[in-house]
Amino acid sequence: MSPLLLPVLIALPLLAALFIAVGANPRRTSLGAAFLNLVLSIFLFARYDLHVGGWQFVSEWHVIPNLGINLILGADGLSLTMLLLSTLVTFSALWVAPKVDKQEGLYYIALLFISAGVIGAFSSLDIFFLYSFHELALIPTFLLIGIWGSGDRQSAAWKATIYLGAGSFVLLIGLLALYLSMPTEVRTFDLRKLNELAASGTFHPASWIYLVLLVGFGTLVSLFPFHSWAPSAYASAPPPAAMLHAGVLKKFGLYGLIRIAIPFFPQAVQQYGWLLLLLLSANLLYIGYVTVAQKRLDWTVGYSSVMHMGYIFLGLASVAIIGGDSSLNLIGYNGAAMLMFAHGLSVAAAFALCGEIRQRTGTLDYSELGGLAKAVPVLGILFGFVSLASVGLPGFANFAGEVLVFFGATAAIPAYGPGMIVAIVIAVWGVVISAIYMLRAYRSIFWGPIAARWESITDLSPTARYSVILLIIPLLIAGFYPQIILKMVGTAFPH
Amino acid sequence: MNTVLLEIAVVALGILLLLADSFVDRSDKNYISFLGALGLGVILVLSFIFPPIAPSPDSPVAAFVTSDLLSLFFIRFLLVSTIVVVLMAPSFRPVLERYVPAERAGGGIGEFAILPIFSCAGLMWMVQAVDFIMIFVALELATITLYILVTYLRQNQASLEAGTKYLILGALSTGFLVYGITWIFGVTGTTNLNDLAPAIQLLPESSHTPLLFGIALVLVALSFKIAAFPFQFWVPDVYQGAPTPITAYLSVASKAAGFVVLIRLLLALEGVSFLAHKLEAVITLLAILTLIFGNFAAIPQTNLKRLLGYSSIAHAGYLLIGLASLGSALAIPAIGFYFAGYLGMTLLSFLVLLIVTENTGGDDISRFNGLSQRSPLLAGAMLLSMASLAGIPFTAGFIGKFLIFEVAIHQGHYGLVVIGCVTVAAGFYYYFKVVRAMYWQQPSELTPIPLSATVKILIAVMGAGILALGIYPNPVLAALQPVVTTLH
Repeated sequence: MSPLLLPVLIALPLLAALFIAVGANPRRTSLGAAFLNLVLSIFLFARYDLHVGGWQFVSEWHVIPNLGINLILGADGLSLTMLLLSTLVTFSALWVAPKVDKQEGLYYIALLFISAGVIGAFSSLDIFFLYSFHELALIPTFLLIGIWGSGDRQSAAWKATIYLGAGSFVLLIGLLALYLSMPTEVRTFDLRKLNELAASGTFHPASWIYLVLLVGFGTLVSLFPFHSWAPSAYASAPPPAAMLHAGVLKKFGLYGLIRIAIPFFPQAVQQYGWLLLLLLSANLLYIGYVTVAQKRLDWTVGYSSVMHMGYIFLGLASVAIIGGDSSLNLIGYNGAAMLMFAHGLSVAAAFALCGEIRQRTGTLDYSELGGLAKAVPVLGILFGFVSLASVGLPGFANFAGEVLVFFGATAAIPAYGPGMIVAIVIAVWGVVISAIYMLRAYRSIFWGPIAARWESITDLSPTARYSVILLIIPLLIAGFYPQIILKMVGTAFPH
Repeated sequence: MNTVLLEIAVVALGILLLLADSFVDRSDKNYISFLGALGLGVILVLSFIFPPIAPSPDSPVAAFVTSDLLSLFFIRFLLVSTIVVVLMAPSFRPVLERYVPAERAGGGIGEFAILPIFSCAGLMWMVQAVDFIMIFVALELATITLYILVTYLRQNQASLEAGTKYLILGALSTGFLVYGITWIFGVTGTTNLNDLAPAIQLLPESSHTPLLFGIALVLVALSFKIAAFPFQFWVPDVYQGAPTPITAYLSVASKAAGFVVLIRLLLALEGVSFLAHKLEAVITLLAILTLIFGNFAAIPQTNLKRLLGYSSIAHAGYLLIGLASLGSALAIPAIGFYFAGYLGMTLLSFLVLLIVTENTGGDDISRFNGLSQRSPLLAGAMLLSMASLAGIPFTAGFIGKFLIFEVAIHQGHYGLVVIGCVTVAAGFYYYFKVVRAMYWQQPSELTPIPLSATVKILIAVMGAGILALGIYPNPVLAALQPVVTTLH
């Protein structure tokens, strides 16, 4: 039965979308499917056998066998962590979704498609499908921002679509080049076979392919200078779409780099380490200051999510070959994986609360808001939690992740030299920068004198309250007991 | 079954339907479409039950036509696209009644569904032809029928303009073709593609220039057929002015036949080393120019029919990438698969365009505003075909582009791949413009759009086909892969 659980996980949102298309109640149907998915992914997470490790729950269907393209589903600890993140954020996003005033069915169908896409991507062992599933989100994003977005939604939707569409074709070229650099007889998109091939030491794809992949995946993760689609898209998207996009979908690019770039291009990762360090420093420092300059909460959160990718990239960059036995430095990788999980939850919670504030006040401008803690204390407390998590306060999973990234980066200094030291200094300074903008946002929205027109606004509904708490609880669990996540993500690379 | 019997059956079907149209006293001409589609369907099934066999070398037709998996695939392709176009005719009837003068009720309606069948026969011969004379004759049969069809709406200025342009430019390209054939014949003494390479090998160096001149002229004529830059200039006006089902036919069937002839010509000259490199360079250049022109000129378009015209140029560009990579064993299967997907997505988008034009009175993109609220099915079908044309995974269009890029990287055409990436991004923009109109904008009225059962079935079948080819492409691809072995 277990091998069929992953296909069920992908099929449930699609089936729910189909039912909605033929007339089922959109909200109830999609929430039901998302809840089942959440339970199922917790079950899979718990059932994963850590002693055995490797890929489990594997199922396989032939699609184009003689090109080595097959739909292979399976999961290791890293995929299961990402699947848990996906189902948590999906359920929370659908739950917190405000009343939709037009084309309600289409709204939920679009969200369900994004969810099915990310679940499919995180559970695909075949690179072709890993890629294809991610693309399921493209049209729904275009529709969600364009129809139900706010602010300058049209240009935001165009920008995101063109960037992501073009980025994914660059990525596709990189993946094809990787595929074609294999000997003809063994060409495959199967990650397991690729890993075997890489382990055998006979597979040495050209390092320019790594650069193509870095640009492709980097665009999807909003790596500087391919980031400019992200803040505007998140600021304009309806809250559930922003939650799914910033929280989960963006992690796909990082996941791809972990799965493909690091195992197959260890040399290139190191050779072009300076480039990645340069770009991620720009993410941390330049975008960090851009975030500080923002005057609206949605843009602050949007830019902060771009900035925080810098830490995860730092963790990935630190996975360099150290010592002569070609063993990898995996501390930073563990930190990066932990941060992917933590950032996904905290940024989703932040966008959920953003949406709740906007719904009540109609504005997210710092200059117009203030003192809201008096009127909406629960919202204030939850926002405080989320700000602290995002700053990386001990006790939250974000802290555990960042600390590990710093450890990993420090361990990689011998491999990189002074460049890495500069990057670490910038990253530490980045913690200060994020404290500045998050605390400032908290202060200018919730503290100080309250304007008379905000005095009568109502506090969070139980629905919104619990859907945000649902995201904060795992952050605290993983913060106090990081092993629960670290043990799982450690299975992606055998030690 | 002998290879020419299929075409004879198609021509006979056309003649029978013409007779029925003249002598059966019914003003409701829809039965002609259904009978035509049924007849073509039977012929399609026959092509599976009794696959055509190549004529024996001593038979009189052997010098003119062949039957291999390539021609068989495209014969089926042409039959399917003709069936769809013939079935589109009933939905087009109101326009025909408006613009075609008739002495009695239903006059001029029947032929509109019958003429494509003759064109289909011509194109079927064309994909089997291995002799320049045969190529020319088949092309004329197909094109003369299309001249009539493009200008069919006699009282509509746009249709007349399109027809005139198509006639003049078509005749010009035919002139190029015949002139080129003459030069090639004059130099080599043969018009047969199979004898061409051996004849060229014996030529003295001094004959190379006139030979190249002849081949260049033939390439010009074929570029015109497939709408490759710089011979694409007729496309936007003709596509916009022609009756919509015929526009669809032009952009699918006629283009496919042109490509098959190009494939045969390139394969015939593959062994001639001094030509092969030049031809690959020319095709690469054509691909680059066609990709750039088609995609970037499509961006500012506001009329959907015109946009689809530019999009058809753009897709010729992607197909030319495949043609430039013929050295890869997967290139012909990739081109064939691309066409299979292209058939579904192009015909589906023209079908939706046809219905929307009729219900809103125009074919500008703005007429699609709020379509999702007036007819979720039509909007969904259009969304699917736009997604497929743009190349989004799980649609036929994506697998097509994937295969084309695969063969291009395999053959080391990195420049083409980079340009392909840029133009794909441009494609996202103009195809999503239609999606934006349908989903973002508000409709000017909210009355639902009525759909006939035929239209619903066509949408369901083509939509399912686009998804099926995108999710499980193996059956079609597996059928295409042996094509290569039968050609060399």
